[in-house]
This record gives sequence, structure tokens and C-alpha cells, in this order.
Amino acid sequence: MYNFFFNTLVGHVLLVIGETLAVLVPVLMLMAYATYFERKALGAFQLRKGPNRVGPFGLWQPFADAVKLLFKETIIPAGANRLLFLLAPAITFVLACMAWAVIPTFDGGAVADINVGILYLFAISSLGVYGVVIAGWASNSKYAFLGAMRSAAQMVSYEVSIGFVLVSVLLCAGSLNLNDIVKAQNHVWYCFPLFPMFVVFLVSMLAETNRAPFDLPEGESEIVAGFFVEYSSMAFALFYLGEYTNMIMMSALASILFLGGWQAPFGLTFIPGILWLFLKVCLFMFFYFWVRATFPRYRYDQLMRLGWKVFLPLSLGWVVVTAGTLEILQMLPGQST
Amino acid sequence: MSSAARNNNPAWRLIMWELLSGMAITLKYFFKPKATINYPYEKGPLGPRFKGEHALRRYPNGEERCIACKLCEAICPAYAITIEAEPRDDGSRRTTRYDIDMTKCIYCGLCEEACPVDAIVEGPNFEFAAETREELMYNKDKLLANGDRWEAEIAKRLEMDAPYR
Repeated sequence: MYNFFFNTLVGHVLLVIGETLAVLVPVLMLMAYATYFERKALGAFQLRKGPNRVGPFGLWQPFADAVKLLFKETIIPAGANRLLFLLAPAITFVLACMAWAVIPTFDGGAVADINVGILYLFAISSLGVYGVVIAGWASNSKYAFLGAMRSAAQMVSYEVSIGFVLVSVLLCAGSLNLNDIVKAQNHVWYCFPLFPMFVVFLVSMLAETNRAPFDLPEGESEIVAGFFVEYSSMAFALFYLGEYTNMIMMSALASILFLGGWQAPFGLTFIPGILWLFLKVCLFMFFYFWVRATFPRYRYDQLMRLGWKVFLPLSLGWVVVTAGTLEILQMLPGQST
Repeated sequence: MSSAARNNNPAWRLIMWELLSGMAITLKYFFKPKATINYPYEKGPLGPRFKGEHALRRYPNGEERCIACKLCEAICPAYAITIEAEPRDDGSRRTTRYDIDMTKCIYCGLCEEACPVDAIVEGPNFEFAAETREELMYNKDKLLANGDRWEAEIAKRLEMDAPYR
């Protein structure tokens, strides 16, 4: 059995497919229920009950939604570029799924335990902007185009500060491997020593995934639905899937970088690491919903000001502070303590 | 410290006091009891003057109350009521036709205010949606049937409201 899976080509391919499914199926289930819990949470915040008609407590709601969307017609606008119009949601969705390859769910539990994991994640999330821009351009609609423009500027701006946040984490951990970053938080989670960076990351994470209060690309009160205004049926669903998968991915990244990923707090190691990661992801997802229920949408110039004039100097400054402190304490990676 | 003073104070701005207190408020609401009524299974309370679906009432002995005075037809601002009347065999004046076009009706309640014998009333029923327009053209039979069906509740509501009239 071991020989078949690790020493033959067919076995290896099967193994990889199996591993991929083992990650993607739970992620997609999580995503489906993220939409359900978002609606439940928003309902609770607004003194409503949220979906409770389909199945017990409305638990089949995600499947009802999926079936509804599947049976609808994909309308392609007359002026749209057909190929790109249909390609864009696929790009968004595939990229959102690809990022999961390097997320360690337990010790060494990533599909691809690569040494540049964090660079890979950063690259994939940067590519995500293509799906949005292509969708906005290919729709041949002014609202979609405006949404795409906003989204491109926003994602690019906040990636800069996310990049510096990653740098300060890397300075502490001394590795680009996500599993090693988690292990480096054995003694203290980075959300404590790097608290300002944690806050910057939390806010940038909202902007990066185009979520409230930075959901300008969608901005339904001004530009209808932004870049996916022309999309319907499964093409729309793919954007939706992509958005929520990205949210879960950013939550997982935040827990890995700052909350010690699969590490158990207080020595509660009898609970498996995957469950701890799940709980931490849930915490961040709740934060997403909580923020969405609380804050109104940012104005576009405020968004840019926050990104470039507040977060960029702050994160850059904190990288210097972190590096300086570590140098003084002789704790930089490679320096023996 | 006042909210404005906090806003101008860099230290308070640094800890994002306004944002945090906003989130605290939403979190408080998160745990509050929900205001939602589970509609088809639970219904909100209706006042005794609620103006719902019309009904023609009868006296306890089964005689219909309406004496075809046509005051309701006259006062109806939407011209929704059509009445035709002639003396019955026993000499009493009764309607031969009492139609209400529920699609015209604006549920103002003037018909029940005008009625001298409390014959036409607007009952507590608001769930009379129909699939076709024709079903909403109520005739006398339908209105009397409504009266028979809702009499208990209508009587109770009239009694509750009587002291204030």
C-alpha cells in the first residue's frame, strides 16, 4: 500500500487528488456554512432570527441556495466578452481554492508543505485581483467597471501593508514555511508581541477580501453590485464561493500568523490541532460578520488614506521596531540567543 | 469625557475607542432576544379596531342584520360596494345583492362606521389573499359566510371597543 502510493506514478497522482479533496471538500462545506452563519449572525445583530425555514434551524439553506443558483440561466450580456466573462469567476474561485494547498491544518498537515508557503499565499491572493478586474472589464458595464477599478486599487493598496505585516512576522519566526511559523509560536502567540501588526492585519484582511466596511467594489447602494453586477446563476455563485473561500483563507492565515494556527492554548493538547485551527478560523469569521454588522461603508478616499497614509507607515515603522528589538536582544533568525 | 473630547484626544483615537464601543453595542444586540415573530405559526396582536376582511353579520336568531339602507354604499370612498334591494315576501326590506370589490376597497372602515345596525363590519382576518382577481369580488353569500365564520371574534372585538365609542 505504502509502495503503491509513494513509489508509483499512478499511486502518487491518486494520493495528491485524495489529499486535495480532503482539503477542498471540508473547505467548501465550511464556505457553504459560512454563508449560513453570516446570515444567522447578521440576523442576530439586527434582532432577527435569520434563515430558519429550510430544514432544522434552516441548516439546509446553503444547499437550497446552491440548487437555486444551479437551475438559473447564466445570462451573458450582449456587449460582453464571452470568453473572459466566463473565465473571470473561474479564476476567482480556482485561486481561492489554490491558496489552501499550503495551509497547515495540523503539524505538517498541508497538502504542499513548501518552504515558501507564505510567499505562495501572498502571490495567490495578489492574483485574486485579476478575477475581479477581468470580470469588471468583460461585463462591458459601467458599474462593473467602476467596481473592478475600485477593487483593483483597494486590493493592491492593502497588500502593501499586509506584506509588511508578514515581514514582521517572518522576522520573528525566521521561516517562510507556514508550519514552521506555527511552531515558532510555541511559547507566545504573535498577536501579543506584534499586537499593532495584528490589528493592521485584521483591518487589511477585511479590505483584501472586499468585505464590509471596505466593500466598495460591491457597494450595492452606489454601484449596484460592483464587478459582478452582470453575473447570474453559477457564474455568480463562483464569485460568491471565491469570496467566502478567500475569507476563510484569510482567517486561517490570520490564525496561523498571530494565533498559533493548530497550536493548542493553555496546554489543552488533547483537543486535536485541526479543531483548534477550526475554532480560531471561526473566531475570525465571526469578527468579519461582527464588523459587517457594526460599521457603515468607508468612503473611497478614506479607504485610500487609511491604506497609504496610516497602515503603510505604521506597518513599515513596526517592521523597523521589530527588527531593531530583535537585533538588540540578539533574537533575529540565525542569531543564537 | 465627552465623545467629542475623546475624538480629539490622540490616545483615545489610538485605541479606536469609538469603533470598539460601536462593536460593543452590536455585540450587546447579538445576545438580545429576537424581535422576529414566526409568522405563520405566531402572529402579532391585533387591536379591536383592526380593519381586515369584511363580513356581514346576523342576529342571534339567524336573521341577517343588513336592512339595505345603502349608507355604506354611499359613504364608500372607493365605490367598492354595490347594493340592490327590494322588499322580501314578508315585507321587510333586504338586499338582493351585496357586492364588495375587495380590490377597490381601501380598508378605511367607513362602511362599518356608517352602518346603523352593525351589519357590515371589518373583521380580524387579514389572510384572504387569492390567486385570481375574481376571487376578490365578494358577493353577499361570501360576506354572510364570513360573518358566520368570524362572528365569535367579531362580537368580542365590538364589545371590547364599545366603551370607547
